[in-house]
Amino acid sequence: MSDVPNDGTPVHAMVVSGLPHILLCPEKNQGWTSLRDAYAEAREALEASGAELLVIYSTMWPSVIGHQIQAHPTPTWVHVDELFHDIGSMPYSFKIDTDFAHDWHANAGKRGLATRTVAYDGFPIDTGSIVALQLLTPNNEIPAVICSSNVYADRAETVVMGKALRDTIKASGKKVTVAVVMSMSNRFFTDWIDPADDRIHSQKDEEWNQKLLQFLGDGRLEDTAQLSRQIQQQIRVHKVVNFKPLWWLSSVMGQTNALTGKVHGYAPVHGSGSAVVSLWPAPGGVGDKEFDEDDVEQFQGDRDVLAT
Amino acid sequence: MGRIVAGALAPHPPHLVYADNPEQNEPTAECGWETLRWGYERLRNDLEGIDYDTIVVFSPHWQTYVGTHFLGVPHFKSKSVDPIFPNLFRFNYDLTVDVPLAEAMCDHASRAGLVTKMMRNPDFRVDYGTIVSAHMTRPQWDKPIVSVSSNRSFHFYSAEVMQEQALTLGRATKAAIEASDRKVLLLASNSLSHRHFISEPAVPEDMSKEHIYNHHQYLWDMKIIEMLRKGDSRGVIDVMPEFVEQSMSEAESGSLSWLLSALDFPTYGAELHGFGTVIGTGNAVMSWKCPEEGK
Repeated sequence: MSDVPNDGTPVHAMVVSGLPHILLCPEKNQGWTSLRDAYAEAREALEASGAELLVIYSTMWPSVIGHQIQAHPTPTWVHVDELFHDIGSMPYSFKIDTDFAHDWHANAGKRGLATRTVAYDGFPIDTGSIVALQLLTPNNEIPAVICSSNVYADRAETVVMGKALRDTIKASGKKVTVAVVMSMSNRFFTDWIDPADDRIHSQKDEEWNQKLLQFLGDGRLEDTAQLSRQIQQQIRVHKVVNFKPLWWLSSVMGQTNALTGKVHGYAPVHGSGSAVVSLWPAPGGVGDKEFDEDDVEQFQGDRDVLAT
Repeated sequence: MGRIVAGALAPHPPHLVYADNPEQNEPTAECGWETLRWGYERLRNDLEGIDYDTIVVFSPHWQTYVGTHFLGVPHFKSKSVDPIFPNLFRFNYDLTVDVPLAEAMCDHASRAGLVTKMMRNPDFRVDYGTIVSAHMTRPQWDKPIVSVSSNRSFHFYSAEVMQEQALTLGRATKAAIEASDRKVLLLASNSLSHRHFISEPAVPEDMSKEHIYNHHQYLWDMKIIEMLRKGDSRGVIDVMPEFVEQSMSEAESGSLSWLLSALDFPTYGAELHGFGTVIGTGNAVMSWKCPEEGK
């Protein structure tokens, strides 16, 4: 939790769940209540970090034309989740750091990425970003920037997007907290359940979630990033080409295990695994790591490997 | 006794509404995707002679991992902003829902063993897939709609499970309509091949940049269109798992399987009104007029 030199490393990182139960009806299940409490702890950690900006990468905002970055200064709407619409509506009005959003977009371009900013009245902010922002900075105490998850991106594009953010943080001189909105295992029950009966969908999902939480609690973020392809195979419903948020988060944090971690909470939400975790730069943390894939600084795009 | 009077494959790229420049949409275009827009025009002309009460849309962009959902609020008025192409689609909609028919479809689907849910939240924003397909088919917005969500069983389980559920939903849809007093038009709101380019021209409607993503996708698109034109809807059902996996088809949503099932697997040929690509994806506008409507 110490200050670090501004080499672009955020002062604080988080893994948070974006499911609406935690915001709208935590009282209906003991685990959901514990996640709400975990969010309160994470909010305290955010405030203690001295962060001037909260940057969110949301797996619940898919995009096709590269990554999209929210740049409307005050996105405002009443949102309803397309699946869990019966648990309530989510009115919101957020404060976005538009200059930072544009700078990140520009820096991504310098690294070969196709990105764009979006700033339209009524643009549908995703459920996950709404849940995270309302629970972490409910009165817009800290301005935010939100980034989509590009459905076609794989590791290289995602890692470079994280590095472009480091460039932007470094140039801004700001203290920044970053958060990924994601589930651990994301397998829902495919029927309606009594909230009191909620549990992780399978023992296998539970065991993988526990292994991830062990790594994150130990500050071994890069190790979890190295496991992303395995996570995709084992505990993710294949909605997109790969499991990317931990690639992005580790890239932003400097691709290191030298972090201190704290698991604020973990519980099932409709069968999926939800967690709230904090990570802080901590020289001397677990350093051992094994890289089995190339690092990448510049995105080269499609390489037409099949063209003759 | 109610009946299905026609069905259509009615894809929902927001680019088509953008290029049509309706007053409800904020952005405006010079041109673009004419082969598809003229295809929709032919579909509209074709439907002119048919009397129907309600449009039922199965939308891949209302994605529900727990069951199949149905709009259950009588009236919606709001703005739909496409989260992928917000530069092209910011559409002010004002629509009515045939709630009794939606409830009947939901009830029949439940009794057929499917997990279902009525959507009763008045703040809900109707998905842009429903809006684009309904608008391009009937821009007057003078007919109530029923919007049906896509249960993501292809992603959750497999193409085979998706197909089983979609065929069951199709039979339940047909039974619900026949038990009502409605004459109904069904729309399957999906593209065929569905691999996008990941960059967009500076002028989105620059048609010099528009083509199919790759030859492989085109071959699949033409194969499916040809089978449907020949009335081989059973054959399309048979090859559906390979089609959706190999062409990344948006038929993975279940919408085309649902439509063919609700139409009772037509052996008469579908009318092809137009084919075109949109940011690399393959799209066909096709229709089946049920025989008693004078095919």
